[in-house]
Amino acid sequence: MLIVPCPNCGPRNSADMRYGGESHSRPDPDSTPIEEWRNYLYMHDNPAGWLKETWYCGSGCRRYFTTERNTVTNQFREPAINYPEPGGSQ
Amino acid sequence: MPTLGKKVGSARYSAGGLLMRGLRKQDWPRVWNDHDIKKKYDVVIVGGGVHGLATAYYLAKNHGITNVAVLEKGYLGSGGSGRNTAIVRSNYLTPEGVRFYDRSLELYGNMSVDMNLNVMFSERGHLTLAHADSALRTMHWRAEVNKLQGVNSSVIGPDEIKKIAPSLDTSAEPRYPILGALYHPPGGIIRHDAVVWAYARGADALGAHLHQQTEVLDIICEGGEGPDGKGAGGKVTGVRTSRGDISAPIVVNCTAGWATLISDMAGVKLPITTHPLEAAVTEPVKVFLPTVIVSGSLHVYVSQTDRGELVFGASIAPFATYSQAGSLDFTEELAGHVLELMPGIAKMRLLRQWAGLCDMTPDYSPVMGFTPVEGFLTDVGWGTYGFKAGPVSGEQMAKCIADNKTPELIAAFDLARFGEDRLVGEKGAAAVGH
Repeated sequence: MLIVPCPNCGPRNSADMRYGGESHSRPDPDSTPIEEWRNYLYMHDNPAGWLKETWYCGSGCRRYFTTERNTVTNQFREPAINYPEPGGSQ
Repeated sequence: MPTLGKKVGSARYSAGGLLMRGLRKQDWPRVWNDHDIKKKYDVVIVGGGVHGLATAYYLAKNHGITNVAVLEKGYLGSGGSGRNTAIVRSNYLTPEGVRFYDRSLELYGNMSVDMNLNVMFSERGHLTLAHADSALRTMHWRAEVNKLQGVNSSVIGPDEIKKIAPSLDTSAEPRYPILGALYHPPGGIIRHDAVVWAYARGADALGAHLHQQTEVLDIICEGGEGPDGKGAGGKVTGVRTSRGDISAPIVVNCTAGWATLISDMAGVKLPITTHPLEAAVTEPVKVFLPTVIVSGSLHVYVSQTDRGELVFGASIAPFATYSQAGSLDFTEELAGHVLELMPGIAKMRLLRQWAGLCDMTPDYSPVMGFTPVEGFLTDVGWGTYGFKAGPVSGEQMAKCIADNKTPELIAAFDLARFGEDRLVGEKGAAAVGH
C-alpha cells in the first residue's frame, strides 16, 4: 500500500488511484516515426531510485497528476503537479 | 560426460547412504563449493536463481562448457526462485508458450532422477476457475490450443470441479459463482528451494563456479554507440564486480526483477518494469485440497503443501517498485477472495506473507536470447511465470550460447520483437485477469 499525495485531495491510499507509470510526453502521432512510437509504447525507465510518474486520482478529484517517487523506499517528494485541463483552461 | 555426485567432497544421495550416515552419525558434505574468482571465464551469468543456475548446469552438461561463473548479489535462490508459489503447469494460451512450458514440465518431471535430488514434484492437477462467460470462453480457447500441442487440458463443469476439490463453493451463491474450469492434470507443485539446490549442486559438480555475495557493478563493453562503448553495435568484454573485474566474452542477464538495472549497464534498453507480487502461507492443517486452484478473476491461486500449509499468491501490485515489503491491502483482499472460493477455511490463520519482484513485459512473454550488444544475452521478462520456466530456459539459453544461434523454441521471445510488432500476447499468464 502507498499513501499517494494528490495535489487536490491530499494524501490518499493508492487503492483510490490508478497508476500511470513513468511520466513522459506523448509524441505527435501524425509526425512521429513508427520506431519512436514503439519506444514510447514499450520502453519505459525502470530505475531503482527516483522516478517521475503519473497517477490518476480516480476515486477523488478524478484528475491526472505527476509526482516523484523513490521506487526502492516508496517515498514521494514534491512537487505533485496537475495535468493541464483538456482544452488548456488551466 | 561427467556424472553427478562422483566428485570428491560431494555425495550421491540414496536411501542406503542415508541409513549408513545415520548409523555412523556422519555429516553430509557441503552441497556446493566456494571458489576464488578467476580473472577470466568463458561465460559469466548474472543472477544465481533457477534460471542462472540452470543455464550454468546445461552449459556444462549438454555442451561441455564448464569455465562458467554464476554471480549472485545475495545468496543462491534469494530472489524470485525462493519466493514464488512453486506451481508448475503448461496450459498457456499461445502455441509458443504452450510448447515452451511443456518442455519445462518434462524436465521438471525427470528432475529428481536426473539430478539425484528429490525436488518433491507433486503432479496433482491444476484447476483454473472461470467465473464469467468471457473467462469460460478463454478456458475453451486455451484447452483447444493445449490439445493441439499435445498438452492434457479440458474444460469441466461445476459438478466435476466439486468432485475434484470438494472444499470449493460451486453453488450459485457467491458473488462470482464458479461456472467451469480449465482442468490440467499434469500441473502441480514442486519444492522450489530444492530446484535451486539441485541446479547449484549439479552446476558445481560439473565445474561451474558459484559466487555468492558478489554484486555486479558494471558491464564492460567496447565499440558501442553509447558512452564508454556501451550500447548497440558494441560487444561485451567483461564485468566489474564487488570482488574485482572479470573478463568474459559472454555475459548473461538472469536477474528477473533487477533485469533493467543490469542491462542498463550494457546500454541495452528492455521493455520491462518491476512490480512486486505478494504471497502468503497459512498454518498447517490436515490435507484437504488435492489440486492447485487458480482464479484469474479473483486474482488468487491456492495450493496445499506437503506440510499442510495453504500457499496463496495474488496478482502483481499495480505500481512499479523494488520494495519487497508486505502490505495489509494484499492480506485483506486475499482473504476476501479466498473465502469467496472456500468459505470453510474462515478460521485458518496466516503464518507469514512476503513479496517477490516480477519483471513485467508488455505482452506477458519473456525476453530471451541475443541483444544489440554482442556477447550480452538476456533471459529476463519472467514476470509471474519464471519459476515454472526455469529448466527449459536454462536448457535453451545454454543451447543459444553454445550454438551462437537462437534455438527455435525461444525464437518468438527475442528482444527484437518489440521493434517489429511481433508481440506474443500470453493471456494465460497468472497475472492476467480475464
